[in-house]
Amino acid sequence: MRDEAAAATPPVLEASGVAKRFGAVTALSDAALTIRAGEVVALMGANGAGKSTFVKILTGALRRDGGTIRLHGRDGTLASPAAARAAGIVPVYQEPALIPDLDVAQNLRLGDTPVEPFLHWVRELGVEGLRLDETAGRLPLATLRILDLARAIAAEPDVLMLDEMTAALPTDLVERVLRVVREQADAGRAVIYISHRFTEIAELCDRAVVLRDGATVGDLRIEPGVEDRVVEMMLGAALTPGARGARARAAAPTGTPRLRVAGLGAGTALEDVSFDLHAGEVLGMVALEGQGQDELFDVLAGFRPAARGRLEIDGRPASFRHPADAIAAGLTYVPGDRAEALLSERSVRENIALPLVARPRRWGPIAMRREAERVDAAIARMQIDTRAMGEVRRLSGGNQQKVTIGRWLAAGVETLLLFDPTRGIDVRTKRQIYELVRELAGQGAAVLYFTSELEEVRLACDRAVVMFKGRVVEILDAADASDARLMRSAYGLAPEEADA
Amino acid sequence: MIRQLGKSGWVLGLVGLLVALAILTKAIQPDFSASGFESLARASLPFAFATAAMTVAILVGGIDLSVASMMAVASVTAAVLMDGAGDLTAGLVVAFVLVVGLAMGAINGALIVITRVPDIVATLAMLYVWEGVALLILNAPGGAAAPWLRELIVGSVVPWVPKSLVFLVVCLAVVWVPLKRSKLGLYIYATGSSELAAYRSGVPTRATRVAAYAIGGLFAALGGLTLTMSTGIGEPIPGPYLLAAVAAAVLGGVVLGGGIGGLLGPILAVIILRLVRMDLTLASVDPNVTTIVEGTIMVIVVMLGGILAVKGRQT
Repeated sequence: MRDEAAAATPPVLEASGVAKRFGAVTALSDAALTIRAGEVVALMGANGAGKSTFVKILTGALRRDGGTIRLHGRDGTLASPAAARAAGIVPVYQEPALIPDLDVAQNLRLGDTPVEPFLHWVRELGVEGLRLDETAGRLPLATLRILDLARAIAAEPDVLMLDEMTAALPTDLVERVLRVVREQADAGRAVIYISHRFTEIAELCDRAVVLRDGATVGDLRIEPGVEDRVVEMMLGAALTPGARGARARAAAPTGTPRLRVAGLGAGTALEDVSFDLHAGEVLGMVALEGQGQDELFDVLAGFRPAARGRLEIDGRPASFRHPADAIAAGLTYVPGDRAEALLSERSVRENIALPLVARPRRWGPIAMRREAERVDAAIARMQIDTRAMGEVRRLSGGNQQKVTIGRWLAAGVETLLLFDPTRGIDVRTKRQIYELVRELAGQGAAVLYFTSELEEVRLACDRAVVMFKGRVVEILDAADASDARLMRSAYGLAPEEADA
Repeated sequence: MIRQLGKSGWVLGLVGLLVALAILTKAIQPDFSASGFESLARASLPFAFATAAMTVAILVGGIDLSVASMMAVASVTAAVLMDGAGDLTAGLVVAFVLVVGLAMGAINGALIVITRVPDIVATLAMLYVWEGVALLILNAPGGAAAPWLRELIVGSVVPWVPKSLVFLVVCLAVVWVPLKRSKLGLYIYATGSSELAAYRSGVPTRATRVAAYAIGGLFAALGGLTLTMSTGIGEPIPGPYLLAAVAAAVLGGVVLGGGIGGLLGPILAVIILRLVRMDLTLASVDPNVTTIVEGTIMVIVVMLGGILAVKGRQT
């Protein structure tokens, strides 16, 4: 429903002035959103703007402190997710919602999901050969996300709420998802679509509602050029959009590489990978899902042994039998899942100090005070919201990710392995993370940066490695790494021009 | 087929262990007879119900440390009310005690859900509360049990089929089989597996927790009843059932933390642990060594289970 007549139909869901406080912190002050049947509305905002809180209130997972919510013109106060479901609002949250220890069929019974429509949508969304007696916890993340979506659609909701639906999906599944979601809207459902990916929003959505600091600051029709205005609104007047242009071409690296990977293979997915990573360099890595990048990072971090090939650190051969070996060799792995990296119940300060004091084979007393200055400097550098310094888990996801990366500024790091560090993070925080990464490289760190967003190659990296089916298919300068070229390589297509 | 085998692999392993122990028993004690088995089964009965109570609490993602105390409350309540009562009244008392058990469990569950005090702390507190309640009802062993109740669990239907075992199977099946097939059963496993995901799937997780603890209370009441039934008196001091129940649940394949396991494994584990103890006594091993052996068996079985699970995932 992309025509003007849409405005005439009454809204399915109408929220205004929604407010929510957590103790002293005001998460939402004046959030508003109106959606009609047949519309896809993007809900956008920087991390900490209150998107998650707003969604949780709309889906009954949290109770609001103020404002009104009307559903089909009646009071839309929802006491629980179950009540929301009964009222026709079905969410797909960012984390997989299936119960890991139950099989798929039991999970369907749990939510009274009809099996036949569910299977229809699973196939429609591009997942083949699903077994209903498979334990949910054994399925890959991308499949779980698809199952969540299929389950939600099979419930025939009036309002479908999708939170970062495509974040963990490979490109081919993303296209399927966008098509099916658009069809759902055309069939008369209202879809609230939360995403940081402008290309998807431009392709799918009719309008964008923008949140900033807990209040709705804009409601824009999606049209060419709207991206700049959305970014402007998300960032606020106080911040200039900043330079998002390509970085200058880096000088070709010379000398002994910090890390040399030669003919590395492991398991069935990682065949034969070779590349050099130099000090002071950020080497991007691009691959579709399951091309061996997980195995490569596992080997480099010492989580699993290599079956074939060699590793060299500063020209000397190395092999890791334990993560401690990799850490001792100066390789630091920052997982994409920040929950794996942080002590979520400890303070920001302690989390930053942890790598300073927790070096392997150093069991002596902790000189916290001596490190305090460096920790303070790192906190100031990271621009972290100080309201939630006491416990890391109270930080927004983006700020948590800043801590996982920025703490290496204080600790110092030789080689940093970043695995999709900006997944599900807003534009402003992403840019801060790029700056942190550049700063680490400026200090002399060698950074390997796997990303699922192609533009990050140009924004944060010097060179890029493209992997396909467990092999390196192209290594190119970031300045030459257009989306089209990276995409062709990632799909295993020959580059359009010869590359030395 | 093989996948199904994987799911019940733990139970099959326990059956194998049980058979091995039975052969060992026959070797140590060639004149071990049906009457010996009858007394073993009868002695296992309170342990089995305590284990069932513990299993339900663990499956929903909690733990109930007050199981033995609730059994004591049920035992003395039954013994006091049946003292001098007729057969019919005794039947009503049994029903009442089962309701008391449900209520005690529900109180435990509600306390956890409402106060948000961790399960282990809340039920530790209730361990003392129920212990005090039991002593208030009856401050020294006493009371009586209707003779027909005793008849239910003493003796054998036919040789090698003790009445106590039949009683156990019937009681557990009547509660557990319908539960396992019901929505509540699914809710219990879902809540134990991932409370957040269950909540988001629309599972009433708080009510589910209360219900699971209530069912645990029901099993504990059955355990207390069997104590009174077999001894003929009420015992206000809780017996050694708490840690034995945790041990049997773990040995039976129930994962501490919730969501994985069943009732059959833990019940087999109870019999295994009782049989081990009996064999060691028959072999006149030092009782202190007996507990060391029990602990060792537990670690080895759980470790083997873990290794097999990893192997299963790789193939």
